[in-house]
Amino acid sequence: MSNFAKTFSSSLGKKLVMALTGIFLCTFLIVHLVGNLQLFKDDAGQAFNAYAYFMTHFGPIKIVSYLLYASIIIHAVYALMLTAGNKKARPVAYAVQAGGQNSPWTSRNMGILGTILLVFIVVHMGDFWWKYHNAELPYAKYEISLDNPKDIQVSELPYDANRLVHSEIVDVQAGKQIVISKDLYKIVNNAFQTWWYVLLYVIAMAALSFHLIHGFKSAFQTIGWNNSKLLPIIRFLGVWIFGVLIPLAFAAMPLYFFFK
Amino acid sequence: MNLTLKVWRQKNAEAKGELVSYQADHVSPDMSFLEMLDVVNEGLIKKGDDPIHFDHDCREGICGSCSLHINGRPHGPKQGITTCQLHMRSFNDKDTIVIEPWRAEGFPVIKDLATDRSAFDRIQAAGGFISVNTGGVPDANVIPIPKVIADEAFNSATCIGCGACVAACKNASAMLFVSAKVSQLALLPQGQPERYRRVQAMVAQMDAEGFGSCTNTGACEAECPKEISITNIARMNRDYFTAKLFKSEE
Repeated sequence: MSNFAKTFSSSLGKKLVMALTGIFLCTFLIVHLVGNLQLFKDDAGQAFNAYAYFMTHFGPIKIVSYLLYASIIIHAVYALMLTAGNKKARPVAYAVQAGGQNSPWTSRNMGILGTILLVFIVVHMGDFWWKYHNAELPYAKYEISLDNPKDIQVSELPYDANRLVHSEIVDVQAGKQIVISKDLYKIVNNAFQTWWYVLLYVIAMAALSFHLIHGFKSAFQTIGWNNSKLLPIIRFLGVWIFGVLIPLAFAAMPLYFFFK
Repeated sequence: MNLTLKVWRQKNAEAKGELVSYQADHVSPDMSFLEMLDVVNEGLIKKGDDPIHFDHDCREGICGSCSLHINGRPHGPKQGITTCQLHMRSFNDKDTIVIEPWRAEGFPVIKDLATDRSAFDRIQAAGGFISVNTGGVPDANVIPIPKVIADEAFNSATCIGCGACVAACKNASAMLFVSAKVSQLALLPQGQPERYRRVQAMVAQMDAEGFGSCTNTGACEAECPKEISITNIARMNRDYFTAKLFKSEE
């Protein structure tokens, strides 16, 4: 085995892979959240649909997205490998083990939380990512007044295999900008009318919160960035930004469409 | 105090063990936990039964021999002490106390509550030393070491190698022990020449002994009788990755 392969098959090397893929996935959450905030805009989904088009058709983002899918798979596969090794390290279990008295619940249940998240990611990507790429979605036609960009008329166009995914025409004479987009916004809106589907999302975001409250600071501990100067910043980011703010903002989206 | 003990009894490494109940009556709250077991054992010997085997030596918390998993926690319910420093006043009359050996692939049971912890010796032998010929006594302060660094190295060096970190960890990981042994030398000038060779050799031996991986639960530092911090683990990881990715092999 080469030195490189040996490094990443050692117990510490596997943890490094978990930490690096984990941190990369955390940075993605920020991008995903900022983009998805377009859902809250009162423009019949025009900004959100433009964003969906940009994310799926801009070259550099496409490359990053494949890195992202790979990271999710690697993070899960390495978690399974590490868990199998950890189970082998204690062949006879304790009759009594009071883990609750010496460690936080989240830190002992990362596997369960991660499994919930993996199931969620599969469902989530199946419903939106796969449909956007493969299903015969209707199109939305936005007529935006050039004088007043808040004045938007929207109409639905049926699916047409020859139509571009997104097009923008400025018709100065009519005083309008006409934007035609594949209407992912509508799919999102429809999906979140079902109560149990909304509940699934809220539960998944609770799992994300608990996963990151431990996971974010844990990743930096694994890399070795743990000292009295960095630790307070990392703890704050892990708990309040990744553990509270981001999951709450994501959970607000299905709730917003359900109660709208 | 009258107590019910549920003690792991196992004839030898190969035998299948089980929890056996014993009654411990007229226990003084001033007894140490091990003295309480001594009294129970005297009763067993008088009856002609095999006494309960457990490790102990100094009985003052510095040798790292005692090793009992008491009611689900290594060295019992108190923080910062070993089993020999635990007193029966920490329990209540009529309590049931479950006593188990350390559970880890790397710590096989020898008999009853005694485990073979020589895996730790082999990890130490793999690199937990400095290779110098000791000559005469040097003058004081020939090698200046800042107080904070000296203190930190000393804190790491207080590890007594009892294995409570492994016992407490849900993954039976030995990383707190190994990182303390790596750190006590990595922090000091004398440890520098072999710093990166040491960390790689000790981690390799740790993996070979079948210990699990760290998931940063912090259970080890919470249960460590010497209260050694998991910042040692971060330091070990940092040195290991630096060695593997940036240092040429010696």
